[in-house]
Amino acid sequence: MSTLTAKPTPNVVLHGLGVFLRARETSILLALLLVIAVTTIKNPNFLFSSDGFRDLLLTPSILILVAVGQAIVIVTRSVDLSVGSTLGLTAYLTGRLFLDIPGIPIILVVLAGIVFGALLGVVNGALVAFAKVPALVITLGTLYAYRGLNVLWAGSDRINASDMPKNFLALGTTEYFSIPLLTIIALIVLIAAGWYMRNTRGGREFYAIGSEPAAAELYGLKVTKRILVAFVACGALTGLAGVLYAARYGTINSQAGSGLELDAVAAAVIGGVAIFGGSGTVWGAAIGAVLLLTINRALPILGVQDFWQRAVVGALIIGAIVLDRLLALRQTRKLLESRDDSNE
Amino acid sequence: MSISPGITGPAALELRDVAKSFGAVVALKSASLTVQMNSIHALVGENGAGKSTLVKIIAGLYQRDAGDFLLRGESVNFKSTADSKASGIAVIYQEPTLFPDLSVTENIFMGRQPTNRFGRIDRKAMRAEVEDLFDRLAVRIDPDRPAEGLSIADQQIIEIAKAISLDARVLIMDEPTAALSGVEVDRLFAVARSLRDEGRALVFISHRFDEVFALCDMITVMRDGEYISTDSIESTTVAEIVHRMVGRDVTELFPKTIVPIGDVVLDVAGMTMPGQFHDINFTVRSGEIVGLAGLVGAGRSEVARAIFGIDGYERGSVTVDGQRVPPRNPVGAMGLGLALVPEDRRKQGLVVDSTVGRNTTMSIQRSLIKLGLLTSAAENAAARTWASRLEVKTNALDTVVGTLSGGNQQKVVLAKWLATNPRVLIIDEPTRGIDVGTKAEVHRLLSELAGQGLAILMISSELPEVLGMADRVLVMREGRITAEITRADATSETVMYAATHASETHS
Repeated sequence: MSTLTAKPTPNVVLHGLGVFLRARETSILLALLLVIAVTTIKNPNFLFSSDGFRDLLLTPSILILVAVGQAIVIVTRSVDLSVGSTLGLTAYLTGRLFLDIPGIPIILVVLAGIVFGALLGVVNGALVAFAKVPALVITLGTLYAYRGLNVLWAGSDRINASDMPKNFLALGTTEYFSIPLLTIIALIVLIAAGWYMRNTRGGREFYAIGSEPAAAELYGLKVTKRILVAFVACGALTGLAGVLYAARYGTINSQAGSGLELDAVAAAVIGGVAIFGGSGTVWGAAIGAVLLLTINRALPILGVQDFWQRAVVGALIIGAIVLDRLLALRQTRKLLESRDDSNE
Repeated sequence: MSISPGITGPAALELRDVAKSFGAVVALKSASLTVQMNSIHALVGENGAGKSTLVKIIAGLYQRDAGDFLLRGESVNFKSTADSKASGIAVIYQEPTLFPDLSVTENIFMGRQPTNRFGRIDRKAMRAEVEDLFDRLAVRIDPDRPAEGLSIADQQIIEIAKAISLDARVLIMDEPTAALSGVEVDRLFAVARSLRDEGRALVFISHRFDEVFALCDMITVMRDGEYISTDSIESTTVAEIVHRMVGRDVTELFPKTIVPIGDVVLDVAGMTMPGQFHDINFTVRSGEIVGLAGLVGAGRSEVARAIFGIDGYERGSVTVDGQRVPPRNPVGAMGLGLALVPEDRRKQGLVVDSTVGRNTTMSIQRSLIKLGLLTSAAENAAARTWASRLEVKTNALDTVVGTLSGGNQQKVVLAKWLATNPRVLIIDEPTRGIDVGTKAEVHRLLSELAGQGLAILMISSELPEVLGMADRVLVMREGRITAEITRADATSETVMYAATHASETHS
């Protein structure tokens, strides 16, 4: 023991470095840096102009919020396909509140969006946790149901920037030290969620439930409650994303956010969140979201045709899954072989 | 050291006349069990005697329908596993259920990690306690490695470490040694004795009488969901216990007929798959029943699956009648006359929601199709022959398979494969979950099939079945064949010895 405590600093640093290099998130971060570097060489404005730098941070901010929520749900071995529709409803609610209650405080609208999103999450979570129907089916249903509600409510109306207060729209453009406010919000949420998932009982139980539901039952974990919490968290984060969507884009119709669920699931999968639950981090999902949207912006600059841009995203998703599978197989094999050796 | 229980106050655990039914099926009629502190109590009985149901009631997984359940003299009613755990009961299952993605440390502490006042998990404290626990148990397991890939013995040690860190007063071990090697069993027993001497009560469920008599202080026998007897271990004998467990004469169970043995049909040479099995060599001749014995997890089912082509193997070869069986190709294997009756009938052998007729003809469906259509009439006609030959007890071939008894389901699976006219039949646990009467019938069938020249490889965990049915016994341990024993030399001792000891020490 004394040799260990004598000079702990280099060990800790080396250990930390080793963990960093082995982490699944590192590979995706390197891929992101590579994309940025290559595109910047082709067109320096991509990173070095003030607009380029801002877009790099601003574009993925809303998706990061949704991807973090999605990652929490996927870690518990579920999935939430209704996030696009949830975002649409909360964005429309945001506009409606400003229209119908003139002078309503902005903070109240933000809270209303979060609470409404959470409520939509409660519906998903309750159906999945209590009715024991697979989340894929339930949230596919609510994807259509929530969008239907949105169409019923909004009709062909459109809420325009002129309908909302300037202070609110400023949320989408404000910068501090040339970092957009939306990015700062996304980062705060990410750090908080990342900390919770890694360091608290609740967070670890999400992983446990996703890793082996039968064991979670035997351990006496409150599986139903946890699954419900995961969906509520995802709904609330998507609700916040909906409010920020309204602030950033200024125009909201009944189709806001449609298709976002696929981006969110893709971001989580690319970022190393196992689709069958139990492993991956919200950090990975967030980096996945940045990579997904940054590639979308980089490909036209690199001269890749429109058609191929989607194919590249597809290849990225499949590549990420194949990589995870290979790593898992190698790990299993290594563990089994070490067991064989110890039995010789 | 002899212990005199029953004098030192209330029992650690007491169940009286507990009953439990699932629908029409009665699992427990009146089960009783009294376990004193400071003792290791054996619970024995045949498969299906209700031991597992009783354990699940103690663990809080099931709720009893009737009877009393007392803990240290106080009546308890567990609604969940969490209740049972909170009352100081820990159950260690034969194959523990852990979280494969999480570390060993997290597996031990899940749901009750030490936290600081901000709710942050104190990883250092957790890790230190795990090291203490492992030191105490004298085991070497890396606390940071994931639980995935741990041997069953190590998984059980993790469960025990968990129980100790919970300070469980009652530990129930459900067939913990079934998958362990000799050294691992010794380690487990040393741990069990030290836990007893700390004042805990242990319940030990096992089929191995040498272990029961070496380890336990008291023994309770169950049969058909009922309490039979409780004795102190010194005042009873193995013969007495076996007689009470079975309640009938054991030797009548296996009507083995000796038939002429022909040429080699199945030849497995040097088959190896790292992590699962190594250098598997054996042959099965026409008319011969070869028993493949070994502990749970020894790799027997894996070998069967690889021969049939469900899973792959890296080296070696399989031939039937001199023809190479293609690896990873079950259809090819079937074409060469291989048939596999899997261990888990309901999951792998049958479509339980479908009819007897359809299940029976599933493997020969192709030949019954006329003009691209498959009619029930054609299916039932083909199925009738086999169903009657195997005496499947069912009112009509339209009966849904899921409603049949275990024995009749097994016959449907057999019928399905026999309809393909196989040369080699691989059958995994032929009588698991089948009542005693039907067992003998399944055995008679196997004998008859061998008499017709079929080569049979029978995997079984039930020693009497292996000893009674097999012409030759192969024993596997940790993925290797450690012994080949002729029918004349095969006894429970020789087979168990090979199953639990490394081959170097076996002559």
